[in-house]
Amino acid sequence: MPPDAVVSRDLLALQRAAYASARTEKPWVRRTLIGLALTFVALLVLAPLAIVFLFAFEKGRDVYFAALTDPVAWSAIRLTLFTAAVCVPINTAFGVAAAWAITKFDFRGKSLLITLIDLPFAVSPVIAGLIFVLLFGLQGWLGPWLVEHGVKVIFAPAGIVLATMFVTFPFVARELVPLMQAQGAEEEQAAMMLGASGWKTFWRVTLPNVKWGLLYGVILCNARAMGEFGAVSVVSGHVRGLTNTMTLHVEILYNEYDTAGAFAVASLLTLLALVTLVLKSLIESRHLKPLKAKLAREARGDDA
Amino acid sequence: MSVAFTAPNRTNRIPFQPTLHMNPQSLRLVRRALLAFGASSVVLLAALPSRAAQPTAARPAKEVQLLNVSYDPTREFYQDYNALFAKHWKAKTGDDVVVQQSHGGSGKQARSVIDGLEADIVTLALAYDIDAIADKAKLLPVEWQKRLPQNSAPYTSTIVFLVRKGNPKGIKDWGDLVKEGVEVITPNPKTSGGARWNYLAAWGWALKQHAGDEAKARGFVKELFQHVPVLDSGARGATMTFAQRGLGDVFLAWENEAYLALTEFGADKLEIVVPSLSILAEPPVTVVDKVAERHGTREVAQAYLEFLYTKEAQELIAKHHYRPRDVEVAKAHAKEFANVALFSIDEVFGGWRKAQKTHFDDGGVFDQIYTQAAAK
Repeated sequence: MPPDAVVSRDLLALQRAAYASARTEKPWVRRTLIGLALTFVALLVLAPLAIVFLFAFEKGRDVYFAALTDPVAWSAIRLTLFTAAVCVPINTAFGVAAAWAITKFDFRGKSLLITLIDLPFAVSPVIAGLIFVLLFGLQGWLGPWLVEHGVKVIFAPAGIVLATMFVTFPFVARELVPLMQAQGAEEEQAAMMLGASGWKTFWRVTLPNVKWGLLYGVILCNARAMGEFGAVSVVSGHVRGLTNTMTLHVEILYNEYDTAGAFAVASLLTLLALVTLVLKSLIESRHLKPLKAKLAREARGDDA
Repeated sequence: MSVAFTAPNRTNRIPFQPTLHMNPQSLRLVRRALLAFGASSVVLLAALPSRAAQPTAARPAKEVQLLNVSYDPTREFYQDYNALFAKHWKAKTGDDVVVQQSHGGSGKQARSVIDGLEADIVTLALAYDIDAIADKAKLLPVEWQKRLPQNSAPYTSTIVFLVRKGNPKGIKDWGDLVKEGVEVITPNPKTSGGARWNYLAAWGWALKQHAGDEAKARGFVKELFQHVPVLDSGARGATMTFAQRGLGDVFLAWENEAYLALTEFGADKLEIVVPSLSILAEPPVTVVDKVAERHGTREVAQAYLEFLYTKEAQELIAKHHYRPRDVEVAKAHAKEFANVALFSIDEVFGGWRKAQKTHFDDGGVFDQIYTQAAAK
């Protein structure tokens, strides 16, 4: 659910309506429904999460930390962080630029651009990986030239970064476009009328307006960049200590009958994801608070 | 809803030309941003781990890196062997050698090398996968298999059955695999080397059973694949399917993989059944010439493979349940391996190239019988 203003407002209205109707239901209906939902969440989300940590500590704390400090594991952690550190800023810059272009201007080929941004969501990650093998592989278009010049893309960190970038490409733009569309261009027009340059307008008006949505997009992009498996698996070559990311390292350890080690690394990935989620809810609540206050004021009629 | 940044009246258009209307302050900002972006990309590029940086020859103890691209069940063996070889190489030359490993289904690994995975050495499950590298990517000579003794295979293995403890389905030989209600686990012959040995072993047994009748052998293998519920891409995935997830009644496994599964999952859960006849599997090894030459690692790569034939390495090979080639070592460990009649691929199928073309290439016998089996 994107935290843009319109949707959030609808959400609050819906919430109010839901509370009202909930009060008209019989208590046992309410309790059954809540119970069902909680059981479902417990079975599908909490239990697997708990199992990850349970298995990780199955053989004790020493094994757990040994699995994480192993040089090969450490190189996988570094590669994952490195990949995210390259992909997220670049995709953020691109996402902001694309969203700004799409929502504030009319130009030829705009719908094509929107479709292209969505492409990585539509394409399976395996195909995304194969695209790069076909492009940069030794039998591919650019492969022979690259080898001659000593540049390694595929089966090297560069290929992993490229594949991850492709897969995480739409997150920021997809987050910003509806938000910026809802906000319209009036404020920017006003700023320009008052003599601000395009650049100044962007920094002083557009960016502050979308900052929470932007952060949310960045967090989603980062989560996917660190968790990607399919595309990365195709371009990695699985050389341990060199081209294995954390997700691939988990698979290798599991296949080597090292369940405790696999789940130790998996628990670290899970922790990273949990941190991301906590950040996300913090941002969401900060983003929604002023909105709620505004809605409350409107309801009282102060704002008019 | 899309809002265009143009006023409705065309004559009253708001000028929007950021570059022309940019004040000095924002210009500075743009410049600074560009500089920062440029600098950060340089830093990031420099941070990319690179194997191209070769240590200079002048330094007394240089570090050499090798990449060994191997198939699925050799993970544990090469981990130990790399340590053994590093010790040997250090004593001999004073250099440190670090061998990187990559594992997966044999066919898939060959595909990666063809696509540019820079293996100095390949140690795959069967000769055809290395033939494919020679044919498709021309990274090594076609006659590679003659370069090292015994078909370039320093260890052999065979195919055995892994069943659940007590052998509840009473599986004793190949014929029992197609009994009513028996589920067979094997990886995909298209991607896994072990699976191709499985398939050929079954074919060879049926051929002998029916006095060389090809049609009957084909019928048997087809029936066998009707008993296979799922095809994993590599031997290790299939082991997990059988032992961890508990699917199937019998797992057609590399002998070494079967012993490893016994150690990992417990002899109280699984047991090995040795059929009356099986195939002599020769997993070959070779240097990938073009890559090794580019890396300047030819000499150490060659030594790495030759060292596999020494007594020390052969002992390690036996310890990991591969059948050693060295006669004395083999004799010492004879009791650990089942005495099973073995036929070679050359005797029954006329070599790997022919077997691959007839059975496993697109539209080959496996494709024909497997689509028929799936359609049922």
